[in-house]
Amino acid sequence: MGLWEALRARTQPKRNNLDALFLVPSAAITLQTALGFEPTGTGSVCYRSAAGAAFAQTQDDVVALIRDDAEAPEVTVTQDDFGFTWLVVEGDASDPSGLCTDLHAVNTTLELNGFEGGLLCSMVPFANASGQRFGLTYLYKQGTFYPFAPSGEQSRDTLLELSVRDLLAAELPMEPDLQRWLAVWKAPGL
Amino acid sequence: MATSRFIKDTGLTARMTLTMFLLGALFVGLVVGVIYAVGPGYAPIIAVAGIGVAFWQWWSSDKVAMRAMRAREVTPEEAPELHGMIDRLCALADMPKPRVGIADMSVPNAFATGRSPDRAVVCVTTGILQTLETHELEAVLAHELSHVAHRDVLVMTVASSAGIAAGLMMRGAQYGAMGRSRNNSALPAVLVAILVSLVVYAVSFVLLRLLSRYRELSADRAGAYLTLKPSALATALQKISGEAALTPRDDLRSNPASALCIVPALRGAGLGGLLATHPPLQQRLEQLARIQAELSRPAG
Repeated sequence: MGLWEALRARTQPKRNNLDALFLVPSAAITLQTALGFEPTGTGSVCYRSAAGAAFAQTQDDVVALIRDDAEAPEVTVTQDDFGFTWLVVEGDASDPSGLCTDLHAVNTTLELNGFEGGLLCSMVPFANASGQRFGLTYLYKQGTFYPFAPSGEQSRDTLLELSVRDLLAAELPMEPDLQRWLAVWKAPGL
Repeated sequence: MATSRFIKDTGLTARMTLTMFLLGALFVGLVVGVIYAVGPGYAPIIAVAGIGVAFWQWWSSDKVAMRAMRAREVTPEEAPELHGMIDRLCALADMPKPRVGIADMSVPNAFATGRSPDRAVVCVTTGILQTLETHELEAVLAHELSHVAHRDVLVMTVASSAGIAAGLMMRGAQYGAMGRSRNNSALPAVLVAILVSLVVYAVSFVLLRLLSRYRELSADRAGAYLTLKPSALATALQKISGEAALTPRDDLRSNPASALCIVPALRGAGLGGLLATHPPLQQRLEQLARIQAELSRPAG
């Protein structure tokens, strides 16, 4: 990565590592012991749907794959106002690793079928006893996590987000640039 | 000495003590330097004058600051909510209640001044009363009250006396040089004195700013532990600072080219960071986030 590559327009995009999603269950335990936050049992993947039959078939396949699971979690596919598709998996709140396996499966299936350009983020919402919520967001393009904690219509609980970052910095690849911690208003499960 | 229940932070205290020590050493160095350069006659006078000016600043700090901000003292009848809030905070912190002032300014700001906790004034602007919610105003007042409890006016005045003396000496040496211009042998000594006091002034300026930033962080911390609501102080600071929010409000989905972000993240501390009296917002929020994480740790 340097000037020579930039001049030839051959810069390598940052490679992400989807296996980081498998680190979320242990991070969930840390969150529970240190801050009292527990997974809500839902998780979601946000992507841009491609037109055409190939994408529709891939999406049907992945939904069928998750529904065939022994745990048989609920899967819903919704569209939001921004034109993005949310695939929401509602599993067992006590089994975050099963949930993360499902999210990983959705991401890899779309990736393997050539739709990785449309993948935006994956989100695992957490909640605590006093009703605070935040979504641990995995930025697909960066391969990093950040917490998004809405505290109102258009306001964020910055302190909660920073303390989650400090807590999980040792376990997950957290996004270092705060300007990339973009909001995901009205994400399902938040 | 007003004993109060504001919490202590040993690391911060150690750094502040070191800065204070360096400032004191600077003052001693200045006096010794003057004795060598100008002769023993002038140095004690300059030292006493420096301390005298600093003492006067400290003694009349409440009146000077109030006048500079065009603030007036208000009675409990005039501002019942403000007085009630300060009453409760003082009861929580177990400290004497300071006088309360309001400055008629649209800039949201608050400050505390006064030579001792018994003579202190906490002053807010009308701008801050309009901008902040009740719980945010309470957090800001707790921050100002911890300045009072920490005796920050006294600390900063003592710390600034070296700088004041150096400033006086630069003037004195200039006049001395003019008055004795016929006596050529004294000129280099006077130049040395000017040079020494310039250096002392510059170093004490930077150290004072450093100390001021520590005191702010310390007051943030004590205030947050007093109200037990670090998030209220965090939202208040974000509102007052007028900076762009630390984390963006823009939606991830409406901004697919977020890699080409316009506002660059602040990296490293430049000269501005060295000379600022207040720490950067991000540093203050990160400290508050740590406090909140500590407070919200489950008991079981």
